[in-house]
Amino acid sequence: MLQSREKWQGALYSFVMVIIVWQAVAMLLKIPIIPTPVAVFDDILQIFQSRMEIHLLYSLGRIIAGIAISILLGVSLGLLMGYFAKVDKVLSPLVYFTYPVPKIALLPIVMLLFGLGEASKLIMIVLIIVFQIIITARDAVKNIPQEIFRSLQSLGAGRRQIFNEIIIPASLPEVITATRLALGTAVSILFFTETFGTEYGMGYFIMDAWMRVNYLDMYAGIVMLSILGFCLFSALDIAEKYLCSWR
Amino acid sequence: MIYIKDLSVHYGSQDNSVLALDRININIGKGEIFTFIGPSGCGKSTFLYVLSGILRDYEGTVLIDGQPVDPKQQRIGLILQNYGLLPWKNVRQNIVLGVKIKGQPREEEYFDYILKQLGIDQLLERYPKELSGGQQQRVAIARAFLLKPDILLMDEPFSALDAISREEMQELFLKIWQDHHVTTVFITHSVDEALYLGSKIVVFSSSPGRILGVYENPCFQRDNLRYRDEYNQMSRQLRNLLDKG
Repeated sequence: MLQSREKWQGALYSFVMVIIVWQAVAMLLKIPIIPTPVAVFDDILQIFQSRMEIHLLYSLGRIIAGIAISILLGVSLGLLMGYFAKVDKVLSPLVYFTYPVPKIALLPIVMLLFGLGEASKLIMIVLIIVFQIIITARDAVKNIPQEIFRSLQSLGAGRRQIFNEIIIPASLPEVITATRLALGTAVSILFFTETFGTEYGMGYFIMDAWMRVNYLDMYAGIVMLSILGFCLFSALDIAEKYLCSWR
Repeated sequence: MIYIKDLSVHYGSQDNSVLALDRININIGKGEIFTFIGPSGCGKSTFLYVLSGILRDYEGTVLIDGQPVDPKQQRIGLILQNYGLLPWKNVRQNIVLGVKIKGQPREEEYFDYILKQLGIDQLLERYPKELSGGQQQRVAIARAFLLKPDILLMDEPFSALDAISREEMQELFLKIWQDHHVTTVFITHSVDEALYLGSKIVVFSSSPGRILGVYENPCFQRDNLRYRDEYNQMSRQLRNLLDKG
């Protein structure tokens, strides 16, 4: 309990610090391209319900869907590769070949094949973040000490029981860490994919405000994106604390 | 009960194989505790892995109650030096893991009884990392006994404990064992422990592991064991044998 209170206190301190620096820079420079934080937060309050909420919900949906698909795909592949040496032998080279390909370069192809809609956006997110989840899950399984398996083997446990009782819980903390890393990446890719082929999403909102030279809205969008990221990271922290309490 | 004939185990690839166990022959009678003693690296643990069905790549015959070793068929209680608990399960979940995997019905009364006897009935919600070594080993023992095992295999279970908890655990183990008389294979590298716990004592040579001798233990379940002449005599005899290796 005390720990989480300290954590929130820390978050508050860093938030206040950013605001102070921002305010100072804005007051020193006095140019419209850097509005004061008060003006920006005021703007958020005014436009949130009328113009911003829908964009935020779109972005949130895309991130959650993208991460969910990546975890489902990445974790199942990674766990199989970690447990079955044969699967690893076949799939690892494939992963190593495709991981370094700059996926953004594939964007035109993905757009041609899947159109400009939601599918392309999700595919881009998944294509970029799934690899780190696969590799983390695989290595997590490989790093489980052999002794951990001994008692279950001597009990005559089947594959399915070994997966449920050992493989999945043992790799969970590392999968959560990988998800945390993927989350940051996902938000940046999301911004990129939302600048085309859609009229909804925080990426669109920010770019649109920029085009309209409405710096207040633009900053409001950026701040909102940060808050979204903060909330998602915090949700992961809470999930980790709950799921990995044994640590 | 446990019948072993010409058991040999090789490690490594074909051209570069190391002999770990060399033609082991022994019969372990029902309801006895056999303590196996030998220098480190003599293949004692390998021997136990064969009996527990973890190591399947061996030559020779190993039968438990006339059946080949198969952990799916037999109930094997395995207790390891590092306790073998799953760190993500609390004490309760760890203890019932055995019966859960086996699909046996859980006997609440027996569960409570075992836990009380081992003095861990207050620790059920704790995780292994919140327990001392001695407590963790009690949990492992509870798991094994709850299973009502056909055989009990113990691989230096008390050697990671400090001297005081070790003696306490040895005593406790004997007490519980007397209620059940489970056929037990107990691996140790301590002559004292072998003499205290074993109804029979088997001496292993250094690598590759061979049986140097099987001895009836005259001190088994005697009071004031450590002050008896036969204890000192037996102890000397075993140490001599081990030194010659």
